[in-house]
Amino acid sequence: MSESTLPPIQPAETAPKPVGPPEPVGPPEPVGPPETAGTPETAAPPEQVGPTVHLRISRLRAGDRKPHFEEFEFTPEPGATVLDLLLEIRRNRDPSLVMRHSCMHASCGTCGVRINGREALACDTKVAGVTAPTVDVEPLVNQRPVADLATDMVDFYARFEAVGFPLVRSAETVGGAEPPEGVKAYTRFENCIECGLCLSACPISRTDRSYLGPAALAAAARVADEPRGQPLGPIFAIAAEPDSVWRCRDAMQCTAVCPSAVDPARALLGLRRRVAFGRVRSLLGRGRQ
Amino acid sequence: MVSPLDRVSPGARAEFREAAPPAPRDPPHVVIIGGGGTGAAVAHDLVLRGLRVTLVERGEVTSGTTGRHHGLLHSGARYAMTDRASAIECIGENKILRRIAPGSFEENDGLFVALTDEDADLERQFLEGCWQCAVPTRRIDRAHALRLEPGLNPDLRLAVQVPDATMDAMRLPLRFFATARRNGAEILTFTEVTAVTTAGRSVRGVAVRDHAAGRDYEIGADIVINAAGPWAGKVAALAGVTVPVAPTAGVMVAVRGRHCNMVVNRLHAPGDGDIALPQRGMTVLGTSSWPVNDPDDPDVPADHVENVVRETSNLLPALRGAEIRASWSATRPLIGKNGTQSGRGMAREFRCFDHALDDSPTEGFVTIAGGKATTLRAMAEITANVVCGKLGIDRPCETSDVTLLPHAAWYAR
Repeated sequence: MSESTLPPIQPAETAPKPVGPPEPVGPPEPVGPPETAGTPETAAPPEQVGPTVHLRISRLRAGDRKPHFEEFEFTPEPGATVLDLLLEIRRNRDPSLVMRHSCMHASCGTCGVRINGREALACDTKVAGVTAPTVDVEPLVNQRPVADLATDMVDFYARFEAVGFPLVRSAETVGGAEPPEGVKAYTRFENCIECGLCLSACPISRTDRSYLGPAALAAAARVADEPRGQPLGPIFAIAAEPDSVWRCRDAMQCTAVCPSAVDPARALLGLRRRVAFGRVRSLLGRGRQ
Repeated sequence: MVSPLDRVSPGARAEFREAAPPAPRDPPHVVIIGGGGTGAAVAHDLVLRGLRVTLVERGEVTSGTTGRHHGLLHSGARYAMTDRASAIECIGENKILRRIAPGSFEENDGLFVALTDEDADLERQFLEGCWQCAVPTRRIDRAHALRLEPGLNPDLRLAVQVPDATMDAMRLPLRFFATARRNGAEILTFTEVTAVTTAGRSVRGVAVRDHAAGRDYEIGADIVINAAGPWAGKVAALAGVTVPVAPTAGVMVAVRGRHCNMVVNRLHAPGDGDIALPQRGMTVLGTSSWPVNDPDDPDVPADHVENVVRETSNLLPALRGAEIRASWSATRPLIGKNGTQSGRGMAREFRCFDHALDDSPTEGFVTIAGGKATTLRAMAEITANVVCGKLGIDRPCETSDVTLLPHAAWYAR
């Protein structure tokens, strides 16, 4: 049987390329015709076809010194998200595009990117809502790049690990409902979807790699609010360290980009207040002795 | 009994067992194609049985069907009237997953709600079906149902409480990936299979392209497992075999706000737009069903979105005016001949195919097809049984008893 069969998902014109690791894979394909194979455009009435969108994607291969932009042209359907366009590129134009995505509804937190310099989830950003003539898509910063739009979340999670953040919390109930027999109290997943947008947007994290960062500190604040059996001593100890709540300069960028209503800036303020009260209390205590 | 409010990490760490008995010095090597929930669970099972495992996934893990599903941990009640085998599998796996993945579910139970006389007439058939499949039920009258779920349509006739739950579609499989990797499995993302290599009628491994590095290479294997979900037909074609997988798409809609506390289902034969469940700060509504040829990124037909919202708002009227956060499609990997049956008519069963037993045999290639997110562990168990049988390895399945690492361990160095 043939050993060189390519999977049918690879369109023939972009398929076999000689390897050469340091070369950016894929010729900078100066944008094929603006039609998108597979979408029933001919059937759509002309007024439904939106304006042409120029999408510029940051491309990077392992071994490249720095990324470069590659431009793609689209006539997206109304309601299309940036992630829809990225998937369209991978499916019909360049299968080598490396990106992270999973749930398609702002719940998993994997498709975080910077769109025209602003952190956002690609699945949660409508192309029509981007007013600039070109849409630049770049990976998050303050994280190690993998390739193209994907970053390695290891450093981000290392910060969470310090806090020991649980996934499930007690739920607000709809309409003050009582829980059914056999269920002690309604529970729900935390708001934080661990996407890393806040860490990318944080100006302090850009200059200080050791700063714990907004997501982990918001998580610490959540544990302080609802300990779920966890001892609070270590949480306040983490918060009181020099690279913790006192490094924040209230730029509020974390809250501005958060797609999931965590409001890390406010959580961090609350945690700072508790740490400060703790200090005052221990100073007073010491003064009395 | 572990309370869902208990912090997950320390307990999971303490109970976690390394792959215990010494593996054979030079264990057979198995390559798994597909980094969804099924592949994750197969990798976890096989490393516990002492095999050397490499998993390849063309994108990020859980970037296919796995990440996009409803997020429903089925009790089995949905299938109790129409597909008993699936119902029995679901309730069994529901209990096992709560045990091995504590802290990964919104354990709020579910309701099956009868809205019409027609629905209410099914009560007895539904309760009997559940009873025969050992799905626990509690019949709830109208007033009581409205105390549990004040947002329900006040015209409801009756409801039945079942042990449904909400799962995080990505983070549960991540626990399998994390545990498998800790036990020695190699998980390669952004690594796409370009060919299945063969010698005569025997599979010898796979040729892959590492998209992140832009490099091609081959991986040798004693057995290659096709765990590609709805892509299983495409992967099977690379090995020159066929599998009866019928990719069947469905639309889901996420609206802002939690509009219910529990998983809310319509008490009737499974159909479109009959499940709404709360997830984080949203409510996820689903779904519809149509056959597709290409499982990649199916369309999101506007009329399906409208229909799903309309149907689920018969259960929860507030959904009618709720702001839509996202609508998307996922492709189910149903077993059956494409186009011969409608998706709803097909059972949600899973099957493992040893292609050495095909009419035209191919040695060393195994496909796991069908199934659903709730049954990922059971799918892995039968697949690992088949693989170990082929390799002459006599090791029982341990995955029902091994507590999984927390999902964050997937991102640990």
